[in-house]
Amino acid sequence: MTSTPHDLTNSSGIRPVAWRSAVNRVLGAGNLGWSIGALLISALLSAPLVAIAILALDSSGDTWPHLIETVLPSAVARTLLLMTGVGAITLVIGAGTAWLVTMYRFPLSGWLEWMLLLPLAVPTYIIAFCYLELFDYAGTIQTSLRALFGWRDASQYWFPDIRSLWGAILVMSFVLYPYVYLTARASFLQQSVCVLEVSRTLGRSAWGCLWEVALPLARPALVAGISLALMECLNDIGAVEFLGVNTLTVSVYTTWLDRGSLAGAAQIACVMLLFVIFLLWAERTARARQRFHHTTGKYRHLPEERLTGWSGIAALIACIAPVAIGFALPISVLVGSALENYRSALEGAFWRDAGHSLMLAAAAACLAVTLAILLAYARRATRSKLVHGATGVAAAGYAVPGTVLAIGILVPLAAFDNAVDAFMRSSLGISTGLLLSGSVFALILAYTARFMAVSLGPIDASFKKTSRNLDAASRTLGVGLGGTLFRVHLPILAPAIGAAALLVFVDSMKELPASLLLRPFNFDTLATHVYTLASLDQFEEAALAALTIVAIGLAPIILMHRAIALARPGMRSPSS
Amino acid sequence: MSATRSRETTLLRFLFTLALGLFIAASGSHAQQSAPETAAGGEVNIYSYRQPFLIAPLLEAFEKKTGVKANVIFAKKGLIERIAAEGLNSPADLLLTTGVGELTAAARKGVTQAVVSETISQNIPARYRDPEGHWFALTRRGRVVYASKARVAQDAITYEELADPKWRGKICIRSGHHVYNVALIAAMTSHLGEAQTEQWLQGLKNNLARKPGGNDRAQIKGVYSGECDLAVGNTYYMAQMMLNEKNPEQKEWAASVKMLFPNTGGRGTHVNISGMSLAKNAPHKAAALALMEYLSSDEAQRIYAETNHEYPVKDGVPWSAMVTSWGSFKADEIALQDVAAKRKGASDLVDKVAFDDGPSS
Repeated sequence: MTSTPHDLTNSSGIRPVAWRSAVNRVLGAGNLGWSIGALLISALLSAPLVAIAILALDSSGDTWPHLIETVLPSAVARTLLLMTGVGAITLVIGAGTAWLVTMYRFPLSGWLEWMLLLPLAVPTYIIAFCYLELFDYAGTIQTSLRALFGWRDASQYWFPDIRSLWGAILVMSFVLYPYVYLTARASFLQQSVCVLEVSRTLGRSAWGCLWEVALPLARPALVAGISLALMECLNDIGAVEFLGVNTLTVSVYTTWLDRGSLAGAAQIACVMLLFVIFLLWAERTARARQRFHHTTGKYRHLPEERLTGWSGIAALIACIAPVAIGFALPISVLVGSALENYRSALEGAFWRDAGHSLMLAAAAACLAVTLAILLAYARRATRSKLVHGATGVAAAGYAVPGTVLAIGILVPLAAFDNAVDAFMRSSLGISTGLLLSGSVFALILAYTARFMAVSLGPIDASFKKTSRNLDAASRTLGVGLGGTLFRVHLPILAPAIGAAALLVFVDSMKELPASLLLRPFNFDTLATHVYTLASLDQFEEAALAALTIVAIGLAPIILMHRAIALARPGMRSPSS
Repeated sequence: MSATRSRETTLLRFLFTLALGLFIAASGSHAQQSAPETAAGGEVNIYSYRQPFLIAPLLEAFEKKTGVKANVIFAKKGLIERIAAEGLNSPADLLLTTGVGELTAAARKGVTQAVVSETISQNIPARYRDPEGHWFALTRRGRVVYASKARVAQDAITYEELADPKWRGKICIRSGHHVYNVALIAAMTSHLGEAQTEQWLQGLKNNLARKPGGNDRAQIKGVYSGECDLAVGNTYYMAQMMLNEKNPEQKEWAASVKMLFPNTGGRGTHVNISGMSLAKNAPHKAAALALMEYLSSDEAQRIYAETNHEYPVKDGVPWSAMVTSWGSFKADEIALQDVAAKRKGASDLVDKVAFDDGPSS
């Protein structure tokens, strides 16, 4: 058959069956509308990546040979080490604490359930700054040590250097582990007691249950959490810059700004994208054809084992340490500065900027969650590789450094604006100017594209845990795909939707590089406000705004915690 | 079950409605943001790599004088790319930068236009502007060495000396890729040749007390805290610290160091500039030109001198009392174009010696 599908649609009547089956082969049978919708959304969301790829096609001159000879090998090695370290530590802390607070009762365990989420509200650039204030040579701790022992300079004593790869791994792990904790806990809460009881009956200890039953069952959730943490780690620019760790993202920035090669920068960004795609692919392959469904609807509240004495104290310490390191310590640094400067900090644009941040983050959270539900459901409804691949690409924006993604958004948006303007001028004689670029819309789109992975992760994982039997039953009863989504899936997905919305909201509040580049005239968010003050060395004044970012991030975290806890089917009512 | 369902459906409807509402609100506020084109000359749009607080006093004075309101977007990165992407409809009128590199990059990217103004040509000496009129310097800053008063006896120094092994573990400096350092290294390349500059940079790297990072002020703080004996920084940081009423402890940092003008006895101390360019498709060209002329005027140059403690480019405008107290020095007269042309080579050297990986690597 030589004619293309396009020809066939034009010459309607000729072999419509062949046309339809060709389409079905690509898009999956029966769910054409959903597949096409998902493809359109994916196209919209991956437009920035396509723009970057096109930029990367430009010649970067002799940049590559130079980079490969000089900075790239060490940058790649450093990035891999950073990701390995952060991945391992966040997994241990996130899954370990989630298991402890879900399955055991020990002193303060009820409080720790939500306190463990707190570091999520602290942006990496803020915690890095706080740790420098504490541990650097001029920081509180070394200064006190020198005073105490009468040392005069660095040659007289040894102190671990916070501005190092190890420093970066530790500091970043302790703010990124909540991604794993959040998804792991949601998964542990949704697990069926029956599975655990069978496991205990078969002679497994409580820890044996964790290793052999709960963790393998939670794997999609754990992977979703870790990959979020790793992508955050891959695209971070604030913390690594403060801590002097030259990762690939730093190479992207310096190549673009200092070597003056946007094409070269886009090429490195593409290499980073390959990293991410490889990670996602490796995980999918490893999981192969395993499915993670619950086979039973029998839920009782989880049996909580009481830990007393030393084991209780050990559990308490294990859970309180991450909160102290990732939250309490840095926040105490901020609070000290904020208390001294709150008057001058409250002047001026503070309230307006806070309003901007809230509005943008809420809009981005709504949009990202809505699109993620549509994408994940379309994915579920079809086996089409095209749809699965496209929706995967749509989420890759998270791994791209913010400034590069911002350029990727700016280019297609401005091209669209200029095309509309040219058309309107030639046909109607009116100039429409720039409609979208340089507007709040561009910012919301940037946040949505950047944090799509954050909302798609938990929602997709939750879909995967829902048995397909439910879909089948619903469809058998005559409910369409849309109806099944509304009446069957959304109620089940509620906790995941909440988690996704929370993550996007908080991430958008913290977002800095794209906000800086894409914002309209005379427009600031809290993050850009903090950044501007901090880059003036008025960090003391920035402390209040930084605390505000953290505080605003806290409210939904606490709400979220309640939602997760109540989400478990068969859960005790909160009053009991 | 049905109660749950209706609640979930309501929740979803609520989310959709909220999203829609926020979009409308967003486009509404956008309408406000894209200020009325009709008030031609009533405003001017600035894309600024310079900190807003540094230019605010100038823009206020300009508005008072002309009634023209300035809108500002400040970012450290990507503004030139934003103008390029916005193309024909870009709202940008004026680009303000912190170094000659950004100015020449903007011109090379074709986002600037030539300005022919008798006033500006008279105000800004020829060596501080592009012969074709695509960019103009506004202020100058010396790149000097801050030495510990307590631990460094000598009162003169050269850039070359910074590579002397006697300073092993004693020097603090910010990232080698920062525009200020790239410009300094570019000037060194011009004077010493590439091979010798590489040797020098390797020697300087070996002498570092710590991995490069932070801004110039953080390096001076390093001298104060005893981490290093010498720090490299721009001149106006000294004034910002000495006059810092909000963080008085910075006065102590400033008091712990003395400012040495390197090579002032020879070819002169390296000087970098801040500057401006007119955007290619400036929608408020007349207002932008008026602002450019104003920024080069006596009044604006004096504000630069008095509030930012930079060296004015216009001849005859007095330095501030603080700047005068640092004493006069001989400035390296290398052409800005030379520095700009050598930037890429300088940046390559920073990579080649892995400068930013610090002394132990």
